[in-house]
Formats: sequence, structure tokens, C-alpha cells
Amino acid sequence: MKRIALFIAAVVLSAAAFAVEPGERLADANQEARAREVSKALRCVVCQNETIDDSHAELAKDMRLLVRERIKAGDSNEQVLSYMVQRYGDFVLLKPRMTGETLVLWFGPLIVLVLGGFIVARRLRKAQPAAAAPAALSADEARALSELTKNESAKKDSAP
Amino acid sequence: MSSPEISAPPKRWPLVVPLVVVIALIALFGKRLADVEGGDDPRLLPTVLLNTPFPEMDLAALPNRAFGGLATTDLKGEVSLVNVWGSWCVACLAEHPLLVALNKEKTVPIHGIAWRDPPEASLKWLAQHGDPYTRVGQDPRSTAAIALGVTGAPETFVVDAQGVIRYKHIGPITPEVWQTKLAPLIAQLKK
Repeated sequence: MKRIALFIAAVVLSAAAFAVEPGERLADANQEARAREVSKALRCVVCQNETIDDSHAELAKDMRLLVRERIKAGDSNEQVLSYMVQRYGDFVLLKPRMTGETLVLWFGPLIVLVLGGFIVARRLRKAQPAAAAPAALSADEARALSELTKNESAKKDSAP
Repeated sequence: MSSPEISAPPKRWPLVVPLVVVIALIALFGKRLADVEGGDDPRLLPTVLLNTPFPEMDLAALPNRAFGGLATTDLKGEVSLVNVWGSWCVACLAEHPLLVALNKEKTVPIHGIAWRDPPEASLKWLAQHGDPYTRVGQDPRSTAAIALGVTGAPETFVVDAQGVIRYKHIGPITPEVWQTKLAPLIAQLKK
């Protein structure tokens, strides 16, 4: 039991492994937590699919230090992110912001969904009434039908 | 008896829509691939700092060089190049002979930012390979590099006489880049 617990602890704790070195951490736990949060939102520009919190690239390390420096100096999380965006562009944010340029990114899928739903709804509406209620007979058809049935009954009458 | 419903002949044209969409996508992706082949590397980031003033910095000099360190104010009054480099950077060595040659032509002053490089290493490298730089500022903790939105060395900025960034070249400057992009821009900025 103890060994299993130990194993689970090892797995769980190793999952929390990150690139932040002990010397980088801020003394204030609250500020450090904010720095981690900001770092997780920033892309490492060297190894572009990692956050600077995960990356071992030297530039990522310097960016982490800069994030901490600015937080220590009293910047809000948003101000730190803006500082990076001003220099590296929106690309540096792993979660894109909502701006004129990224509107398509945010709402494109929704628009496609609505359009698709509209097309499907229209098709269903077109198909259903036709199946449920066949169109009423026109005057000509009614006359033809009554004539046919008259003939039928006449035939029946004449039958032995 | 057959069903009374007589369906209208199906419209054929909606069948063409997916085909058109697929062809459009192939054309789009094909163009992008061709662009990448042509040198439009998607890893290169667009420069948001284009046409903005060179960021504030005041970098320490390398010891015993004729000119001092690099400060933002040094960039005003003359068109100049600012080259971010380091002795650890292989691609910088590749472009270095070109910078040395350019410095001999005296078209523009070339300033250097020694990025994450111990001063002894920078000086040794310059002694070995030639020193084309007017001013060199040290950037041991990437503060200048981050302020400039640098992602890797070398990167070269063209700064106009007002101290505004007018161009950024990512990667080594090749003779072709110099002739087709940087030289014409510098000539135009000098007018």
C-alpha cells in the first residue's frame, strides 16, 4: 500500500515538473503564483509550441525573469502580457485575444455551425410536409378519379 | 398502387459546391506551401515594432573598445544598423564577413548588441573575426532582446535618423538581402 502511494505521489509530483529554476522564484508566494499564471499564457518564441513556463530555452528563462521583475515592480498580470504583446505581437499569447483581427478565429466555428444548422433545418422542413401530407388533388385529378371510380362501380354492377 | 408523391427532379448544382470548396482549399494551401518554399518561413514572426521608436535602453559597453555602449539616444541623427549577435551564434559568424565589408564601405554605422554573451567571449570573437561595430552594448539578461522582440540571433534592425525602426531582418544578412532589401531602404532613408 505504501509503495503504491509512493508511486502515485511520484507520478503526480513529476507531472508538476516545470522549467522554473529555484533561483528564479519570487519570495512572495502570491506574486510567484501570478508569475506562473502569466508564464503559462506566454509562448516561448524559440520553441514555439511551449509556454515559457515549460521551456528550457535561455530566452524563455529570461522572459520568465522579466515577468517576475515586472510583477515585483507592481505590474498587473494584464500589464505584463501587454508588455510582451507590444514587442512580440499577439503571437506570443497562447490564448489569442479578441480583436478585430481575431474575430474570425473566435466566431468562425460558431458561424459555420449556425450556417450548417440552417441548411440542415431547411432540408428537414422541405422533406417533412411532403411526406406527411400529400398535396391535395387538383380539380382535374378529382374529376378523373371520380370518373374512374364510377366506371369501377359500373363494372362491379354489371358483374355477375 | 404507387405513391402519390411525385418528387421533382433533384437539383444538380448543389453537388458542385463541395468540389468548388475543395479546389479553393487546395489552391490556398498550395499557395502557402509555395510561399514557404520561396522563403516565407512561418516560424518568422512579423515585427510589431516596425515604424515605432527604438525601445528605450542604455546598454553597458564592452571594456576597452573605442566607442561606448549602446543607448537609444545614440541612434538619433543618423541612419544606422543595429545587429543583435553573440559569439555563441553560428549564423552570426556566417554573416560576419559581410558586416566587416560593409563597415569598410562606410555606408552606415553598424551597432552591435552582444546578446547573452560574456564580455570576454564577445571581445575574443571580435578580435578573431574582425570588429565591424561602431558601438556595442551588452545584453546579458535579454532585456534589450526582449524589448526588441528578438527571437533568435542574428537579427538586424534598420533605424532611421529619427531613431525609428524601419526594418527588421531575421537571420543572417546575405549579399542578396543586402542588395535587394537593406541597401535600397538605407539609400531611401538617407535622402
